[in-house]
Amino acid sequence: MLFFFYHTQGNCASFTSMVLMMSEITEDKPGKQILLLGNEAITRGALEAGIDVATTYPGTPASEIADTFSAIAKEATRQNKDPGFYFQYSVNEKVALEVAAAASFCGLRSLTCMKHVGLNVASDTFMTYMYVGCRGGHIIVSADDPYCHSSQNEQDNRYYALFGGAPMLEPTTPQEAKEMTRIGFDISEKLSLPLLLRTTTRLNHARGPITLHALQQPRKKGFFKKDPLLVTVPATARAKHPVLLKQLEEAEKISEKSPFNEIITIGKPKDVGIVTSGVSYTYVKEMAEELNLNVKILKLGMTHPIPRAMCEKFISSCSSLVMVEELEPFLENQFKQLAYDIGADVKIYGKSTGHFSRLYEYTPDIVVDAFSKIFKVKTPFPKPIQSTLKAPRRPPSLCPGCPHRATYYAVKKAAPKDTVYPTDIGCYTLGKEPPLEIADVLLCMGSNAGMACGFSVATDQKIISFMGDSTFFHSGIPPIINAVHHNHDVVITVLDNRTTAMTGHQPHPGTPYDGMGRPAKLIKVEDVVRGCGIEHIEIVDPNKIKETTAAFKRAIEFKGPSVVISKSPCILLEVQRKRKAKEEIQLYQINQEICKRCKTCIGRFGCPALYFAEDGSVHIDAAQCNGCGNCAQVCPFGAISAEGTQ
Amino acid sequence: MKKKTSIVLTGVGGQGVITAANLLGKAAVNAKVGVFVSEIHGMAQRGGAVVCTVRMGDVSSPLLPSGTADVLMSMEPVEALRNICYVNKKTKVITDINPIIPFTVAVGGEQYPKVEEIFKELSAHAELFTVDALKIAKDAGAIITKNTVMLGALAASGVLPFTSDVLLETILEAVPEKYKDVNKKAFDGGMKAIKK
Ligand SMILES: Cc1ncc(C[n+]2csc(CCOP(=O)(O)OP(=O)(O)O)c2C)c(N)n1
Ligand code: SF4
Ligand code: SF4
Repeated sequence: MLFFFYHTQGNCASFTSMVLMMSEITEDKPGKQILLLGNEAITRGALEAGIDVATTYPGTPASEIADTFSAIAKEATRQNKDPGFYFQYSVNEKVALEVAAAASFCGLRSLTCMKHVGLNVASDTFMTYMYVGCRGGHIIVSADDPYCHSSQNEQDNRYYALFGGAPMLEPTTPQEAKEMTRIGFDISEKLSLPLLLRTTTRLNHARGPITLHALQQPRKKGFFKKDPLLVTVPATARAKHPVLLKQLEEAEKISEKSPFNEIITIGKPKDVGIVTSGVSYTYVKEMAEELNLNVKILKLGMTHPIPRAMCEKFISSCSSLVMVEELEPFLENQFKQLAYDIGADVKIYGKSTGHFSRLYEYTPDIVVDAFSKIFKVKTPFPKPIQSTLKAPRRPPSLCPGCPHRATYYAVKKAAPKDTVYPTDIGCYTLGKEPPLEIADVLLCMGSNAGMACGFSVATDQKIISFMGDSTFFHSGIPPIINAVHHNHDVVITVLDNRTTAMTGHQPHPGTPYDGMGRPAKLIKVEDVVRGCGIEHIEIVDPNKIKETTAAFKRAIEFKGPSVVISKSPCILLEVQRKRKAKEEIQLYQINQEICKRCKTCIGRFGCPALYFAEDGSVHIDAAQCNGCGNCAQVCPFGAISAEGTQ
Repeated sequence: MKKKTSIVLTGVGGQGVITAANLLGKAAVNAKVGVFVSEIHGMAQRGGAVVCTVRMGDVSSPLLPSGTADVLMSMEPVEALRNICYVNKKTKVITDINPIIPFTVAVGGEQYPKVEEIFKELSAHAELFTVDALKIAKDAGAIITKNTVMLGALAASGVLPFTSDVLLETILEAVPEKYKDVNKKAFDGGMKAIKK
């Protein structure tokens, strides 16, 4: 409750979303109803299953699952108690999966959560893990992001279940997310297979009432019994692959009996069926009711393996079937195959008939629109109003006082015109927006430095790449070694703001504490970089813009790979620290007599706390200013100075 | 006919829109009314536009069809305009009157319409209530209670499927002891602002 109405002018998710009552989520009151976020419900489900080890690398929309484990563990640490489980923010998703897999091999229950693209990073481990199988139940949560609300792509991770051979559950509501997590551990143990809990943003970030079950006591320590079949040399792998296929046959039997696969009827259905899964079900149900349809809905919660017999029976009872699933035709194609196999005379509507899209997130509007076409009924809803007035865009931007802005400003002063700026994923990607526009290419986490190496071979333009400190530890180190070994002429920048800011300020190996609030070994970026063999290292405070500019000039001139470490804490953490320590926050103002309206501060530096009044004069919004003082440094006339405190 | 209440809450990242939506959800659970809340985190923070939906009663979906909001409540005028697709003639639009100018106006040359124009457009399509939440919050004793003012206004609009007391209780449960009084004042101030 600490954060309620702790309205900072900064805009950090963690300040506003942690309204969660820690005591509520750990309460052992079976039958009680509480409101939880889908992600919190998953954590609760794990507690009800007696979770032993939880691991993650943060990523929206998955972050709050792990952040909830972290908050519970920290609270326990503060009170000198044992939270009952071990939790860690691992260095990346692959390591997170491996840490939890080892716990499972010792017979412990473990959970690993990540955003969808995190599973790409962990995929090497994931694929062979299915051959080896688990011992203690292991749930791998994939949080997919249809519409790319906060992601670089909208890949459909259900294919990972098919690809690797993992049993999969797809929840529809926060309540179901909790139940699937709780029961998922039993399924995983029964099959000796890690289970994929596949969620989407609208589930992760939806709140709903949750009915609590009793908490289960964790085991805490296991024992590792040796088994040569855990060593996947070719002969073992060949022996294990058929075992996996056998386990999937068992999984199908579980799917046939699973209460998560059910048929719901709306009106008086005859031979029209709808097949759906995940959050889409909620739109299907409500819109079918609104349109007074007579349909039966096959709601699939266990979507790998699908319950073949149940599905075949459903297909046989229908003359037409409507497939409603976000993103890829994962179920649609399987149903077509089943219909073909049993020679069913059924018309299947879905993506292939153009009624539904493979793009973006579904909404009630999309579902009602498709239904009205398929069932030839009129939509009961008014046409959405389109305003004649245009609203100005309001994209996210670097916070007022963000140290990344100062670094970028300095780089632009130091670098020649055609410099290429490979960037990476984090708050600093927002440097793409005007006026800085200092982001040229981005693929995935860690890609900045790898691409920098390639650019240096392919063009004579200068190359300056950017990555955050969390990104550096995640996947930024191997490409630096590559740059050293091949002597690529690049400047690699590490924006060291002491946190994983974008996803909610989680700790990482560069912070002196871990996710359980315990002291941890702080690893310095410069030590690692030196160890990689980088000879030219610049360490700067970006809030000293002149010095930072000079440092970048030196790095650009250096022939060969150089690293600039731009070190200054995320301003939101800094403001929070100052408030706690009751330190004053300096405010800045523009002296209108001196200001020449040259627009450098707004037009080139672009702190969002600066604005034009109607008469064209420039001002600082005291409610937004975080007092970094950098605008005062960029003003060529000295019109901006410290004045007053917050 | 099934009874449903659909509320759209909008504003700017950092204004506490998500907190307000969460409190409405908690109030519904306290009142034993079915509820789903949807919110978007992530990139929508850092000063971006934020939209939350709260659906109560006999609902399955956290999202609502366009044109079906009972209330569109906005912490900022232009954000109400941006979400006009949710309103119909009967929708109550409750908006704070204090604009927050996005950086695209200063940097990208975009226009922030005159606030009166925004209100004209909104009242052409729905029933509009404007609230000076900043002033009411200041009068109550703390600017940070702006959202409580807005929730008070929402409670007074008469669309919630529970009494305003349930919402007020839920808010007070969530704030530290020393802020309870100002929040109560702010809530009452918001209620009065709507009752013309
Ligand atoms: C493989 C993968 N995992 C996780 C994410 C989610 N994610 C986006 S940015 C980011 C890290 C940001 O931290 P940092 O590099 O320190 O930059 P900052 O936001 O602090 O500026 C993460 C984890 C992702 N996009 N891809
Ligand atoms: S890193 Fe910058 S943009 Fe991100 S939260 Fe911190 S100050 Fe804001
Ligand atoms: S001091 Fe200047 S640059 Fe820094 S936050 Fe305030 S207005 Fe923005």
